[in-house]
Amino acid sequence: MKQVLLLLTLLALLVSGCASSAQVTPPASIATGVDPEAWAAVPAGEFLQGPHSTPSSIDYAYEMMVTDVTNAQFTRYLNAALAAGEIQIDGSNIIGFYPGDPFNGVKHEMEIKAGDWLHMVLDDPGLRLNFEGKTFTPMPGYENHPMTNVTWFGAKAYCEYYGWRLPTEMEWEKAARGQYGNAFPWGNEIALNNANYYSSHDIFEKIIGKLGDTTPVGFYNGQTYAGYQTRDSASPYGLYDMAGNVWQWTADIYAGTHYRHMRGGSKADYEYNLRSWTRNSAGPDYYSPNVGFRCAN
Amino acid sequence: MQAITQRINYLFRSTKGLTLVAIAMIALATAFFGMLSGPLAEFGVRDFVVRTFGLDLVQAQREGRIIILYHSLAMAVVAIATYFITSLLPMKEQEQVRINATITVGYLSAMIFGLSFAYGGHNWILHGLYIFGLSLVFFAGVLLAAALWPWRKEYRIQDPAYARTKSGINLERAAFFAMSASTLISVFFGAIPGAYFGNGFQSFLAEDLIREPYKTPMELAVIGHLHIMLALIAVAIALIVGRWLDFKGGWQKAAMPMMIIGSIVLSLGAWFVVPFERIAHVIIYIGSGFIMLAALFMVIYGWGMLISQRLAEQQIQKASFGQKIAALVHDPLKFGALWQMVFMNFTVSGVGIFMAVKLDEIFRIWPWREERIVLTGHWHILGAIIATIILFYYGDLTGLKGRVRKLYGWGIIIFSDLAFASVTVFEMKRLFVSEADQQSLVNWTMLLGDIGLATVLVVLAALMVWRLVDLFRKNGLWSKELVESESKRS
Repeated sequence: MKQVLLLLTLLALLVSGCASSAQVTPPASIATGVDPEAWAAVPAGEFLQGPHSTPSSIDYAYEMMVTDVTNAQFTRYLNAALAAGEIQIDGSNIIGFYPGDPFNGVKHEMEIKAGDWLHMVLDDPGLRLNFEGKTFTPMPGYENHPMTNVTWFGAKAYCEYYGWRLPTEMEWEKAARGQYGNAFPWGNEIALNNANYYSSHDIFEKIIGKLGDTTPVGFYNGQTYAGYQTRDSASPYGLYDMAGNVWQWTADIYAGTHYRHMRGGSKADYEYNLRSWTRNSAGPDYYSPNVGFRCAN
Repeated sequence: MQAITQRINYLFRSTKGLTLVAIAMIALATAFFGMLSGPLAEFGVRDFVVRTFGLDLVQAQREGRIIILYHSLAMAVVAIATYFITSLLPMKEQEQVRINATITVGYLSAMIFGLSFAYGGHNWILHGLYIFGLSLVFFAGVLLAAALWPWRKEYRIQDPAYARTKSGINLERAAFFAMSASTLISVFFGAIPGAYFGNGFQSFLAEDLIREPYKTPMELAVIGHLHIMLALIAVAIALIVGRWLDFKGGWQKAAMPMMIIGSIVLSLGAWFVVPFERIAHVIIYIGSGFIMLAALFMVIYGWGMLISQRLAEQQIQKASFGQKIAALVHDPLKFGALWQMVFMNFTVSGVGIFMAVKLDEIFRIWPWREERIVLTGHWHILGAIIATIILFYYGDLTGLKGRVRKLYGWGIIIFSDLAFASVTVFEMKRLFVSEADQQSLVNWTMLLGDIGLATVLVVLAALMVWRLVDLFRKNGLWSKELVESESKRS
């Protein structure tokens, strides 16, 4: 009995030693040199799609943002869109109008009716913005980190506010893996310093733990930060963070389901979730510290 | 030469030897392939293993590799269940030999060539031998079902303590037969889509389809197949435990018809997923209800039997509650096998039912990757619970006694359940914490889960090392088990 008690005590000590605080310790600002305002051109033409590299084609050229939308960019949008009345604050939520989806009544399908829908929640502990009653500002140190905790409605509204749109899944995948069907944007193998994923030992995991924190957009560009050497992990078309860091909302609305799909994997996922064809999905009102977005044009 | 022949005879002709080989194969595969994921991958062990063994881990082939890995492990588990059945139930000696030989060649081919194909680069001869192995396992199943045919006159029983029909058909044997026949039919629900998708190597995991609003019949067949195969293996193990404990009396008479009906109805439900998906779940609930009730009856009987046997040994006439509990847990192997069936309700059945009831309200609100964790977590737990029950029975078969029996039994019970409970909390974490606040809970549950699983693997490794060392001794336990097996045969 004594041995069992001793063992349990040791276990408890071991476990408590591994617990970490969820409180945010802001990181020092890190400039990556990658411009979040930049766009990458993706040419029309064929590419290999999906896990089985099925030949596919997009018959038009398009552009996608080189990085995810950042906290700084999103706060600029929030301040402008609130002033313009495009979105409203409702308690601790930001909401905006959405015209609704066709409903097919398929099993598990939820009806998305026309009306005001959630864009983001202001009191979520994962949010990296400050709001002083009138103006939004990014949390210091997180200015160039990807904006998270935005629902699909919020991401779509952001892109459309500037006359852009969310990329379709197909566009996203082509932009991520290029013509020749790489598993990851940079190739077919993944190393710890290619991307921000679960237990990838990046410098931000030391702050929060293995589930990690977001890294600044464009962080994995071959530079060394505080002794941490990254690999240049841009996609063939020059996009950064197309694997890891945060999942990215895509535009498609499919018949018979209310789910919206995300691509790219996140800081909280094992590396196989970062493969370019891997999908995640959730309702359009879902938000998470692991989900962000970028726009297409 | 004779020494080698004797040992080969033991390992490949006696039930205990065959079981030992299959457990050793599973232990080796688990230890080796366990290094490719989870904490060992995080510690860099995976990269070392991949380099050292020249493994070919193409990213796009991950799903295919996993499918072959768990089929390989499942074939070995099915082989162990078959060895137990052929030794526990009366049948002709040549039937037993034929079934055991066929399934042994089958699972070893499937495992060795399948895993070599999946992880060692794609040599198509290896793939052919993998399919050949799977086919032999199926064929062994046909032989087993034929040998179990419950209407044979020589297997009718008159003993009123056991469930039987008026004409003396042994309903326990009929339950084994129903399970075997249902398993054989269920194979097609995997084999046909496997041939269809595998032909073009469009491998996918069923959990990746769950949120697709429209699924093809082939995709639905895969979903039905994986659910029913694991469920029927669980039924087989429950029936084996019943035979091990000599399940009889009123509870057995009530349980066996339920096992028969439950196995058939549950299988029908899983098959109906293809043509009648909307009503299939109702049929599945009815079938699993029968099986769970039958398993409950077995646990009630088994616990009562353990208490009364131990109290009789101690010559206690009027026992206090504490004495009864002490008697119940005295033998951790027999208690453990029954306890795991109870514990399964918290970590597998309970989670599954809760998920089904609250699917749209809770689980489909979560992102798909979270839902996927619950799905994969709870069937991994079911698979592992089945494995622990096999280890309890094997521990008893191999004659573990005294302190070693206690350490072995309680080691598996405590640490496996610690792991299963931790994984269950991890799966369901979104009920308790938000994504922003989950780091601490993730750390705890993953650490406890890893400690639990690692300890069970250490216990298993100790057993395997002991049996391996024993094989090098001239008059080791193996030689006694061989003599025992041969005398049984003669």
